[in-house]
Amino acid sequence: MDMQVAKKKLGLKERYAVMTRGLDWTPSYQKMEDIYPYMQYEGIKIHDWDKWEDPFRLTMDAYWKYQAEKERKLYAIIDAFNQNNGHLNVTDARYVNTVKLFISGISPLEYVAHRGFAHAGRAFPGPGPRVACLMQSLDEIRHAQTQVHSISNYNKYYNGMHDFHHMHDRVWFLSVPKSFFDDAITAGPFEFMVSIGFSFEYVLTNLLFVPFVSGAAYNGDMGTMTFGFSAQSDEARHMTLGLEVIKFILEQDPANVPIVQRWIDKWTWRGYRVLTLVAMMMDYMLPKRTMSWKEAWEVYFEENGGALFKDLARYGITMPKCAEQIALEKDHLSHQAWSTFYNYAAAANFHTWMPDEDEMAWLSSKYPESFDKHYRPRYEFWREQAAKGNRFYNKTLPMLCQTCQIPMLFTEPGDPTKICYREVDYKGDKYHFCSDHCKEIFEHEPEKYVQSWLPVHQIYQGNCFPEGTDPTVEGFDPLAAVLKYYNLEFGRDNLDFDISEDKKNFAEWRGQATKNA
Amino acid sequence: MQIDLRTVSIKPLRHTFDNIARRIGGDKPASRYQEGTLDMQQTANFHYRPTWDPEHDIYDASRTAIKMADWYAFKDPRQFYYGAYTMARAKQQDTAEANFDFVENRGLAATLPESVRETVLKVLLPLRHVAWGSNMNNASVCAYSYGTGFSQPHIYHAMDQLGIAQYITRVGLLLGDVESLEEAKRAWVEDDAWQGLRRYVEDTFVIKDPVELFVAQNAALDGLLYALVYETIIDDVLSSQGGTPVAMLTQFMTDWFAETRKWVDATVKIAASESAENKAVMAGWLTHWRDRAAAALLPVGRIALGDRADEALAEVVQQFNARMAKAGVTL
Amino acid sequence: MSTVFLALQTNEETRPIIEAILQDNPGAVVDEQPAMVKINAERELIVRRETIEEITGNDYDLQSLQVNMITMSGNLDQTDDEIRLFWKA
Repeated sequence: MDMQVAKKKLGLKERYAVMTRGLDWTPSYQKMEDIYPYMQYEGIKIHDWDKWEDPFRLTMDAYWKYQAEKERKLYAIIDAFNQNNGHLNVTDARYVNTVKLFISGISPLEYVAHRGFAHAGRAFPGPGPRVACLMQSLDEIRHAQTQVHSISNYNKYYNGMHDFHHMHDRVWFLSVPKSFFDDAITAGPFEFMVSIGFSFEYVLTNLLFVPFVSGAAYNGDMGTMTFGFSAQSDEARHMTLGLEVIKFILEQDPANVPIVQRWIDKWTWRGYRVLTLVAMMMDYMLPKRTMSWKEAWEVYFEENGGALFKDLARYGITMPKCAEQIALEKDHLSHQAWSTFYNYAAAANFHTWMPDEDEMAWLSSKYPESFDKHYRPRYEFWREQAAKGNRFYNKTLPMLCQTCQIPMLFTEPGDPTKICYREVDYKGDKYHFCSDHCKEIFEHEPEKYVQSWLPVHQIYQGNCFPEGTDPTVEGFDPLAAVLKYYNLEFGRDNLDFDISEDKKNFAEWRGQATKNA
Repeated sequence: MQIDLRTVSIKPLRHTFDNIARRIGGDKPASRYQEGTLDMQQTANFHYRPTWDPEHDIYDASRTAIKMADWYAFKDPRQFYYGAYTMARAKQQDTAEANFDFVENRGLAATLPESVRETVLKVLLPLRHVAWGSNMNNASVCAYSYGTGFSQPHIYHAMDQLGIAQYITRVGLLLGDVESLEEAKRAWVEDDAWQGLRRYVEDTFVIKDPVELFVAQNAALDGLLYALVYETIIDDVLSSQGGTPVAMLTQFMTDWFAETRKWVDATVKIAASESAENKAVMAGWLTHWRDRAAAALLPVGRIALGDRADEALAEVVQQFNARMAKAGVTL
Repeated sequence: MSTVFLALQTNEETRPIIEAILQDNPGAVVDEQPAMVKINAERELIVRRETIEEITGNDYDLQSLQVNMITMSGNLDQTDDEIRLFWKA
């Protein structure tokens, strides 16, 4: 062969095809079903893995190059933020509670996503989806780590984050996000891709990240803003993977359509229930608001999701039916959640408080249909009581939904004065649900959801006390024992923001910056 | 008002997270590797059993025969967390890119003796499938092993192997063309010389024990393959026959092997030094997979080295045994 | 109405890219937010390498766009020359 002949330069598509697609082969020394044992049991039929489209066509050399560039920028900013006491630039110390929620509720999920995508990537025989999944697995460990590294500095100065891994596995409300990801990773690989890759990354991620990240930007938290934007730059790739997965599965066989539709219905609802935490963060925890939960839902779900489901209609996929109930709840969700956390401020690793007059006015303007009528009066009452020294801390334990594990705090669709209860009898036991959707999810897979590790049940069964605790001794204080099991420091990590060490320290440190000693 | 916050000297309430403090002997500043690794994996109160493996928890130490009192005894000597990892690889990628440019711009591929070029296409190109297999196996270890100290380096290793498969592809396109890649795949699937190795790779695909898979893939197979192909065949033998440009194109693999074997050796050492039982299990796996890998690589070595392959392979096996002995496992 | 969008970090690297996008997509609408620019368009949005190169006077690799990309919506197709975001319906 004459090497002097100029070689035809391969375009991005051809180049990517030879770089990945040509790498696999049909094995003959071991059976396909032994190498890929998880491909059959979900009932999804794939006839031709080569029909998979790779939209980003990123090879490892380019991956390393661009990701290293992102990392260099990110860590330079984190270092500068730390060196300059950047945390004192935030609007006020209440803001830090969103960071606590993030690191104990969200960052551990990034880690599960990392392991889950390694599992899915290993499980799929096609090189296209394998490479995309493994790249995402690698990105997800990035997100978990950059979040820990960025928030590490906050942990040095503020309470509630000091043992977030331990708390994530134990604290009552953290079982909501934890069970969501446990549910996804224990599902089959196809369902995992639909749950996390599509429903979470494509349909709901903008509702998680854009509020958190622009919330950080509005509130002067450059550290969080930077890791957020930097993580989001990977998210564009993940969203594309999520959409390609769905299209690929649907195009492979018409029998896949009803299975996928059921997964989309289930995971949109599961994801939405987890976003309850984000809703209250947006409406109550950011001292300077970006947009209301309701506005965010309208822009990122109703508008964008509308376009998406219109696009998927040609496959026979329809908008998840839970969207109707979500639309009814959007005027109430954040208020009902915040009221609950205000109640349980003794048992959570972040502080709560009552909104001030300005904030109430903002809430009235954003929620004209619901706030003044249903929520302002109770806040005014609680505020009055607090002023009299009767700040209310609820010490009883709430009933939890068997599926989403949120306390039964939601009201009937269309009637915000009545708590919604549903129940199912299964093999001699009664199970409780917050909604028709959570009930249906249970009914479809009862054997899975009877396993739920429900924090309240576990406390009552005596499983949430430190080892060696004797609950029969006189004067036993169950709440104190549970907090010890959580490694939650009473009086520092919990209770009202007004009496917190965070508030006191922040004022003192800011004072040092503006006054002469 | 712009506040100069740098002038504020405040005393932190704590220096690191509690879980890190418990592990490093008290509240003191911790490294990014430590904060990004220790206890990252969830350990308690899982909600559901995997529908794909109901016998185990999501993360379950009993998926392997190796027993550890603490899985965070496994530490990566390179201290790779994602940022350190990608920045290290981006630097190597710069070097690799410069090498490819150098060879391409000066038309060095054309100066290769035909025999060398042919040997490279024959020996190197089918190895992209071996690297692909390693990508899959390392993904498997990452997914099913226990504790981030052990699992984390495997995702880096998986993607490194994908990168290596892609570098080999580029070498193939530079010294040959798309048909050369197709011919190499045909040889991989059909030719006798490759069937022992292909059988080895396919047999590792069904290993369920993640630590055994680490041994079979990263310790045994790569331990012999990289030493034989990149260090012996390309860097020594072919270079002496005018094949130095090829050594430039595979520098990434040579450097990568030198770097990653430190982690492989440390991992073997930590597992084996935990207990006599672990040591016996590791020695059994290492011996079994080393012997199979050596047998599978011999016909591959013969493509480039002919009769000298036996001797070269024996030497590579000797080096491997010495490495493992240093890591505490005498084979 | 099906809107596609692309959100980029606001910085020196994205300034010419945004300019190029607006030049190539006359119907696109810019929504500026703190540290972020969101570009919305009806059904389709195209980012062309050539236009960016004309503005900056330098070679540009479209894959490097992802360094500054925050989020997007729509189907994506990327080649050496352009990135296309679109809805089919």
